[in-house]
Amino acid sequence: MRVRFWGVRGSVAVPSGRMLGYGGNTSCVEVTLADGTEIILDAGTGIRELAAARTSHASSVQILLTHLHLDHIQGLLFFGPFFDPANEITVYGPPAPGPNLDQRLARYLSAPLSPVDLRELPAQVEFAPCPREEWEVGGARVQAATVAHRGVTLGYRITEGDTTLCYLPDHEPALGAPPLTEADPGWISGIGLADGATALIHDAQYTDDEYPNHVGWGHSRVSDAVDFALRADAQRLILFHHDPGHDDTTLDDLGRVAQASWERAGRDPATLSMAAEGTTLEL
Amino acid sequence: MPVEHQPLLLVQGRNLITGLALPALLTDPDGGLLFFNEAAGVLLGRTFEEVGRLPREQWARQFGPFDEAGRPLATDHLPLANALREGRPAQGRFHVRMASNDDLREVEVSALPLLEPDRYEGALVVFWPVEAAASGTT
Repeated sequence: MRVRFWGVRGSVAVPSGRMLGYGGNTSCVEVTLADGTEIILDAGTGIRELAAARTSHASSVQILLTHLHLDHIQGLLFFGPFFDPANEITVYGPPAPGPNLDQRLARYLSAPLSPVDLRELPAQVEFAPCPREEWEVGGARVQAATVAHRGVTLGYRITEGDTTLCYLPDHEPALGAPPLTEADPGWISGIGLADGATALIHDAQYTDDEYPNHVGWGHSRVSDAVDFALRADAQRLILFHHDPGHDDTTLDDLGRVAQASWERAGRDPATLSMAAEGTTLEL
Repeated sequence: MPVEHQPLLLVQGRNLITGLALPALLTDPDGGLLFFNEAAGVLLGRTFEEVGRLPREQWARQFGPFDEAGRPLATDHLPLANALREGRPAQGRFHVRMASNDDLREVEVSALPLLEPDRYEGALVVFWPVEAAASGTT
């Protein structure tokens, strides 16, 4: 399984020179399975570059949206394969009562907020709520479950053979809960998805000093992301959804702090990293 | 033994009632007891750590519902069953037995189904001693 980061920023894209070490595009991660199947996690602004660099000629693409906040869908209409009628694209998103997924997306992706309407896309596009039960994509099994964030939000677990990737880009498991180091693991949001994962991509938007002023905003501080990964016994942790106010120097510092915590817990510091745009992981 | 991971609605429900001064409990979709808070422990005379998770029949036998004479009530049309069967909030009154002294206490009960778009995850039940409700105290 190959994992490539096309957008690692949270909340809003930040095309600033001080941010370009880690990247300014919002959430988008490409997962390529051994059989070439392509799964795209979220459609933040990073998906535009994914499309531009795309060498895969697979005509079938799966896009898994965790939720419909703008930083996770803003790049959707800049995904080139939508404009080729030969392509079959399935967009999965969180189930919710009321309007269907495409109707909810169209609140933003239609006039007057967008020059292109979802209904005008030439490709064969299907919008579907995520299945409740595990389902198969290519050679992988995919599982989705709701996790603690603002609004209905999914996390994903993708398992191919004995390799498992867990993706929890927007997640505040500590909200209203006992300290994650002490909580009953069966009662921690998201931990069933992350349990024993080969790699966990997890929200780490805030520093520990910033978090008290952002409790309930749906994101984690770095120390909670580390504690969550330890409780889930994830083998590798990639901190993600960087705050738009955190420049490269700040993220370097946060990475060192997180690695020190990880190492104190008996983990190899090389297995914790800060997500950076353009980097690839082979799992 | 693998850990049983609870769905988000139950996780959030437990986080909510843990800090709630009202007696409250959580059940699974079958009405089995998953958790009750400290205030419920005071009313029932036992802490959750002492009682633990129980199937519906077992905790009904231990704590109620009973009528005023202490006879077990059929649970099919009580608030929890209605909430889980019909997917709507439900209210009612019955007696519970306090584990500390075997006394019966009349309680008002409100049961809220924890309903996702396509399935039940369980129910959140809040209850209240009737005499305390009448006097406006806990």
